[in-house]
This record gives sequence, C-alpha cells and structure tokens, in this order.
Amino acid sequence: MDWSELLQILPQTTVSGLLMGLVYALISVGLSLIYGLMDIVNFAHGEYLMLGMYSAFWAWFLFNIDPLFSIPISAAVMALLGVLTYFGIIKRILTAPSLAQIFGTYGILVFLRGLAQLLWTADFRNVVNPIASGRMNFFGLYLGTGKVVAAAGAAITLVILALVLNKTKLGLSVRATASDRSAAELMGINTDKVLAIGWALGIGCTGIAGSLLVNFNYVSPQVGALFGLLSFVAVALGGFGSLTGAFIGAVAIGLFEAIGGVLFGPSYKYAIVFGLYLVAVLLRPLFARE
Amino acid sequence: MTMESIKPLKHGIWLKIILCVFALFFALFLLLFPHIVVLPFPQHIMIMIFMYIILSQSWNLLGGYAGQISIGHAVYFGIGAYASVLLQLKAGFPAWPAFVLGGIAAIPLAIIIGIPTFRLAGHYFAIATIAVGEIVRILFQNWDWVGGNVGLSLPLQHEGLWAFQFHTSKAGYYYISLALAALSVLCVYLIERSKWGYYFKAIKGDIDAASSLGVNPVKYKHIANIVASVMAGLAGAFYAQYVLFIDPPSVMASSMSVLVMLLSVLGGAGRLWGPVIGTVIMIPISELTRVYFAGGGQAVDQVIYGALIVLFAVLQPGGLLGFYYQRRAQSRRLGHGTA
Repeated sequence: MDWSELLQILPQTTVSGLLMGLVYALISVGLSLIYGLMDIVNFAHGEYLMLGMYSAFWAWFLFNIDPLFSIPISAAVMALLGVLTYFGIIKRILTAPSLAQIFGTYGILVFLRGLAQLLWTADFRNVVNPIASGRMNFFGLYLGTGKVVAAAGAAITLVILALVLNKTKLGLSVRATASDRSAAELMGINTDKVLAIGWALGIGCTGIAGSLLVNFNYVSPQVGALFGLLSFVAVALGGFGSLTGAFIGAVAIGLFEAIGGVLFGPSYKYAIVFGLYLVAVLLRPLFARE
Repeated sequence: MTMESIKPLKHGIWLKIILCVFALFFALFLLLFPHIVVLPFPQHIMIMIFMYIILSQSWNLLGGYAGQISIGHAVYFGIGAYASVLLQLKAGFPAWPAFVLGGIAAIPLAIIIGIPTFRLAGHYFAIATIAVGEIVRILFQNWDWVGGNVGLSLPLQHEGLWAFQFHTSKAGYYYISLALAALSVLCVYLIERSKWGYYFKAIKGDIDAASSLGVNPVKYKHIANIVASVMAGLAGAFYAQYVLFIDPPSVMASSMSVLVMLLSVLGGAGRLWGPVIGTVIMIPISELTRVYFAGGGQAVDQVIYGALIVLFAVLQPGGLLGFYYQRRAQSRRLGHGTA
C-alpha cells in the first residue's frame, strides 16, 4: 500500500476506530469500576457482554423489539445478573487469596461460555435490518449507522455514569468505598450494598453495550472472548481501578485496532492490540501511581 | 520375624509399611498395564492421564507453589509441539533431540510473558498469558510456513524407541509418558524440598515479607515460570509424537488451559499429589464425555468445568487434598481437646 492511498483512508479509519473505542470504553469502565471497588478482576466481563448481546438478540428475534429499544431491558437484566453474581459468588471470595479470586471469576467465564454454546449452539447470529443500519455520510466520511449510533449511545451512558458517580450521594459512597472500604464502613456506608451496586453498574454497562453492538456485530458464544480481552488491555493501559484511565485506554485501543488493521491486515489487528498490552504493562511502572 | 521384634513398632509405621507395599504393587501394575489391558482405548486414557500429569504439575509449580496463575498454559504446550515438529520437518532433526528442544523452545515465550508482568500484581501475569496465547495462536493460524490453519503432520517412520513412533501398539507411548509423568512429579518433589520451593511458597504467601527477607521475587517467579514452560513444552512435544498431527486448535486451545487449571484446583494446588489426584479423577471423565457427547460435548464439559472451578474457588480453594488435610487437622484438634 502506498502512502497516498493510506492518507486517503486514514481519516475514515481514525473516525471508525474512535467510534469503536467509545463502545470499548463503555465495557472497560465497568470492568475498572468493579476492580476499583473490590480489587477483583472480573475475568468473565466479556461473557457478561456476550449475554447482553444475546438478550438484545432474543428480544429482537422472539418479540421483534429493535435493539435500540431493548437497551433498558438488557441493561436491567444484566444489572440483575451482576447483583446475583455478587451475592452468589463474589461476596464469598472478597477476602480470599488472589488464587481463589482469579479462579472464581475465570470459572464464571468458562461456565457462561459453555452454557451459551449448550443453549444456543455455536452459530453466529445477527439482527436483520435493525433501525440503525446502513451507511451515513458524515462530512465526506462513510460510516456504518450502527457504529455511529452505538458510539453515541456509549458516550451518553458514560456521561450519565460520570454524573451519577461524581454528583450524587450514591456516587460519593461508591467512590468512598473504592478508596478505602473499611473507612467507608466506619462512616456508616453499607459497603456490601455499594459493592452490589458496583456490580449492577458494571455489568449493566455490558448490557447496554450488548444492545448497541448487536446492531452491527454478530453474536456467538465466543464473542465475549475478544471483547473481554480488549477491555482487560484497556484497563491495564489506563491502570486498574481508574475509570478515566480505562476510558482513554479503550479509545486508544479502538484507534490501534483500526489503524493496525489497515497497516498489517485485518487478521493481525488483534495480535497488535494484545502486543500493546505487553508493551503497556512493561512501561506501566514508569507511570504507575500505586 | 517374631512377634516380640514387631511389638515395639508403632501403629503409624505399620501403616507406612502397608502403604509402601501397596505402592510397590501399584507401580508394578502401572508397569505391566499395557500387557494386562491390551485394548487401545484404556491405554489411550492412561497416556492422556500421564500427559496431563506433566501439564498439571507444570501448572502447579507456577500457580500452586509460586502463586502465579497461568490462564493460557496451552501456549507453552503448543510451542513445544510446534518447535519439535518444525525441527523435524524443516531442519531434519531426529525425533528425540527435537523433543528436548521443543521443551526448551518454550523458554523464550516464558521470558517474554514474565519480563513485563512479574514486577506487578498477579492478575497482570494472568491476563498476559491469555494475551500471549491469543497472539501466538493468531500468528500460527496465519503463518503458512508453520502450516497455518491446515496444521502440520509428522511423516510416518519405522516404529521404534529411537524414532519415537509406535504404530502396532500404544505401549511405547505408554512407557514414555509414564516415565515423563514420574519425572515431572519427581522434579516438583525435589523443587518442593529445595530452597527454591521455600522461596516460591514465600512469594505466594507474602511477597513483601519474602522480599524483605532477601528473596528476589521477580527472579524466582521467572525460575518457576521457566521450569513450568519447559515441562509443558515437553508435554506438547510428546503429544505431537503421539498424534503425529498438530494444528492451532488442537495444541493451543483455551479449553486445554482451562482443563489444566481445573486439574490442579480440583486435586489441590500447591501440593505435590494435588494435580495427580485431579488428573486421575478428571481425565477419564473428560475423555469419556468427549467420546460419548462428540460434537455437542465440547460445551457440556465446559459447563461442568466452569461450575467446578467456581465451586472450588468459593467453597474449598485448597482442593480435595486441602479438604482432606483440613479434616485431619480438625479431628486431631478434637482428639487433643478431650485429653
């Protein structure tokens, strides 16, 4: 590929990468929020996203609800699942050694991925003709409408999440618990409830992201693997527990993925993103505040 | 031997003698197994048990003793398999040197994963093992020189120990895998008794305390990782000789990484016999479900594995052996309490 050709598609690629980056941000912020609250890496985060995508898909397939209108449904379903996961499993491993914590959430990943394959087979499914389909011309750039809508939806959700965390009493108690759980408890905060809310918010975000993604992305039991891994990389880039960091990391990954795909061919783009993880982790002690 | 000479012996020593005799008979049984049971399928299950003992001991050394959880252990296995096959196909190496080099080929990968992650908390390493696993799998699937998605086949040779190929019966593979499994247990046993073993456990128990006592955590994490990668690489090279065909889905599958993790967790991570117990229980079940639920079975076993991993993480992170020792300690405490 020569340079003039590259320059021609570069704006298109950049914008497209930024749009995907916003969707990744919605997923990664939830992961980072959960880590910030209880120092547990939710290895099953991508699998919750996969379930969010399936819930939007089935809402469309069975009840003919367009994915745009099923956003509240999948958000509620996934938030409830997050709360159930917290009380059923996470609460019991909060103080366990890190070995048990990694096994706990990684076991959830294996279980959910297997269950999805058992119930709905390994087929790739997609929503046919959603409202947000086709292409749109955006200042001379041709962008998939689904992607633009998903990015807008992710941005709106992130703004609401930021307002909730920064401007409300609930947000204050979440931030207090994240910075020091026992001190928050002494101040009369019911940290158990706050941690459950953290799971509701974090997993609820994957429900919203799932509804947004099925507009242009297929669903399969394996789909969570890629998104989950991308969100780990984003959170590691930005620093575990930092929400702003996760946001910046996710947008950076969207860009790297899109530009890397153009430069090295689409089959290698994820290898590049995962390579970025190693580089980011290698450089991390240089910036770490911990 | 008269009764008088036996009397002073304590109850516990008798138990040990009985156990030793039992172990001797068991060893004899294992040695004669291919001649007692000549059907290929039971022999295949035994070979898989031995291969997974090597893999789970490798995982155990790194995850159980040193506390560094590898979620992508199949990548070491796959690199070992690919290196051994490629050395034979492209460089004309004989089977045994290629097998040994296959194990060594996993070391660079171990170092690439270890250098960025070992200075940080454990989950950075865990994620790196998945990320590197994905990178290697994607590269191998798209790299025609290593067979890409088609995979690589080892050409058939006249069977024999030197050729590391056996066609008329699986007995040759049986004895080699038995020897390798015994070696892997011996290796972990010796490491557990050496200062390395204590350093590993110290790093896992309290990394700050360990480093304040002069143990260099990064160095010993690397040692554990390198030894583990060689063991898993050798298991992969053995697998390539056994099946004579490798491709990314069969030797770099994430389901294999999950199974290897489960074997240690089930039996008891960080204990010598934990992975052996886990393997002896799980591998026959896994091989049988693979045969009887062929096709849809992939997911049924994953659902069961996932549920088991969560269950053990929540209820008994020490695995079956941890449960046993806990019970024994409890009954001893009760015994002393009444006295």
